[in-house]
Amino acid sequence: MEIVLSAGIGILAASGVWLMLRPRTFQVALGLSLLSYAVNLFIFAMGRLTVGAPPVLKTGPETVSVDDPVPQALVLTALVISFALTALFLVVLLAARGVTGNDHVDGREPHHAEPTPEKPHP
Amino acid sequence: MTAPLLSGPGAVLWSDHLIVLPIVLPIAVAGAMFLMDERRHRLKAALSLATVLAMLATALVLVARVTQAPEVYRLGDWAAPYGIVLVADRLSAMMLALAGVLGLSALVFSFARWSRAGPRFHGLFLLLLMGVNGAFLTGDVFNLFVFFEVMLAASYGLVLHGSGETRIRAGLGYIAVNLVASLFFLVGVSLIYGTMGTLNMADLARRLASPPAEAALFEVGCAVLGVAFLIKCSAWPLGFWLPTTYAAATAPAAAVLAILSKVGVYVVIRLSLLLFGAGTSEGFGQTWILVTGLATIAFGTVGILAARELTRAAGYAVMISSGTVLAALGTGSAGALSGALYYLVGSTFAAAALFLLAEILQRGRDPADATQPVFADEYRDPFDDAGTTEIGRAIPATVAILGSGFLLCTLMLAGIPPLAGFVGKLAMFSGLASGTMTAPAWWLIAVLTLSSLGTLIPLVRLGIFSLWVPHDDPPPVLRSPEFASLTVLLAACVALALWAGPALAFTEATVRWLSQPQDYVRAVLDAGAGKGATSKGSGRGAARSTAGAAS
Repeated sequence: MEIVLSAGIGILAASGVWLMLRPRTFQVALGLSLLSYAVNLFIFAMGRLTVGAPPVLKTGPETVSVDDPVPQALVLTALVISFALTALFLVVLLAARGVTGNDHVDGREPHHAEPTPEKPHP
Repeated sequence: MTAPLLSGPGAVLWSDHLIVLPIVLPIAVAGAMFLMDERRHRLKAALSLATVLAMLATALVLVARVTQAPEVYRLGDWAAPYGIVLVADRLSAMMLALAGVLGLSALVFSFARWSRAGPRFHGLFLLLLMGVNGAFLTGDVFNLFVFFEVMLAASYGLVLHGSGETRIRAGLGYIAVNLVASLFFLVGVSLIYGTMGTLNMADLARRLASPPAEAALFEVGCAVLGVAFLIKCSAWPLGFWLPTTYAAATAPAAAVLAILSKVGVYVVIRLSLLLFGAGTSEGFGQTWILVTGLATIAFGTVGILAARELTRAAGYAVMISSGTVLAALGTGSAGALSGALYYLVGSTFAAAALFLLAEILQRGRDPADATQPVFADEYRDPFDDAGTTEIGRAIPATVAILGSGFLLCTLMLAGIPPLAGFVGKLAMFSGLASGTMTAPAWWLIAVLTLSSLGTLIPLVRLGIFSLWVPHDDPPPVLRSPEFASLTVLLAACVALALWAGPALAFTEATVRWLSQPQDYVRAVLDAGAGKGATSKGSGRGAARSTAGAAS
């Protein structure tokens, strides 16, 4: 189980980093999402991996193995925040697309590409 | 004072709840404001002003109160380390007061014009201040993350406020960089939790008295966390986003964003002195902080020399100010750090004032000035309404006022006598000279001296260009809210120089307190042990014995 989880986190993070470094804004948005999935799984793994263990202590002898509930709470918080901020990023991405007329992260195409009519750079 | 809320041994006074006011008040008012009609500018402005004034008053009361003893507030009355605590000590209270003054002046400045340049300015502004205040007060690392995110989410809105192509492009990069920084923050926090089993700062410091099972992994976690904070401080090479973003933002937004990089600096100071001041990881990362700080000052100086616009120069001034404090922390000299804390307050005021001055001087020449719609449904040109175009009357003798304001800013940022910038640098130098002169101390002195010169030259050049060279453009107009706001900031700079003695005594006591992490641990973990919400500090000997017994 450990090897599957760590390989999954690694692949997600590597794909995320690669996408983040791409020149199109939508690729950057996807890269940020993949990275945040990787990080959320990582937080989850920091609570140690257990199978079938309850996250809440009960009285009695049957609770030998207990899952750590704190990372799960942390993941919930981080998930909500990263979801909201990815949505915000998408909005800004669309605004940039609308204002600059292209989807390059610099707001303009590099020089060797087709020159686009653009406003003078301040 | 006031009537007790509950009777009995754990009685809580109303005044003990004062510490949550800087967090609860802005979020409540901001929440109410999002429900109000966008056209009720006057009501919203009055509400924001009252809120920020109340926050500033609270911060000043806290500064006065924490000189006796730090205050610990248990949220929901859960004792640390199981619950989240808010801690107001000298450093937090000082930063709260700094945020209050900056917030007040930026808000007043925005009344002239910018608060009506787009929707929901006041709500975002208050949420930003709520996040900043929370980050200064919290005693829990994950709670710090939440406050950071609140602060950043509001700052994204403020950077985009006013809209326009420059802001949207700068905002896109700013958001991407800060989202990655937040991921670093999460990785660091989870590694620390995975190795230490706690996220309470005081509990972490206590557990570090004995070596943790996976000390190397813990230090990796701290380093990753440090990267997140250094991105926020805009330390070299992680801070290239700052000048572009701050130059693109509207002036009041940029002025209040100047506190954001100081939040990063605050957390680096707080955590490195608390966790690595003593114990198994003593001195961890100190060299890195020193080198990063020196490189940040050098990069900022080169950047400000190359700056062709006043707003970009102000952005690099923010970087130099952050770098100075980081480098002073990295030398490990208590005297240098206390001088650097004093310098931090003064230079933040001056950099914010420079952003505001730049807006007045460049107004009309600045292409980013034009507002453009992002979405058709929310767009209403704020300046086409003849009745509400500009608020306040034009102040006479504009150029003289702007010129003297600019002179004060230049003196502050370049560290020329007689203002606080000079006093702060002198205090750092004398702090370094009072110990043995090590190589880092010489480096810091050399880099700081050069950066003074490197700040003076471009600011004088830009000042001559903005104020003396004849332009075809109409002369700058200073509105009364803008005048009031600049007066607040520059008066704060002058007051800092006039009362430099008490201010330096305060920062020296702050550094003494910070270099005794066991007192902090004791104050937090013993809070509420039959004593109510406020823990009164006591002798260091007793604190040591408690920390020893706990380990």
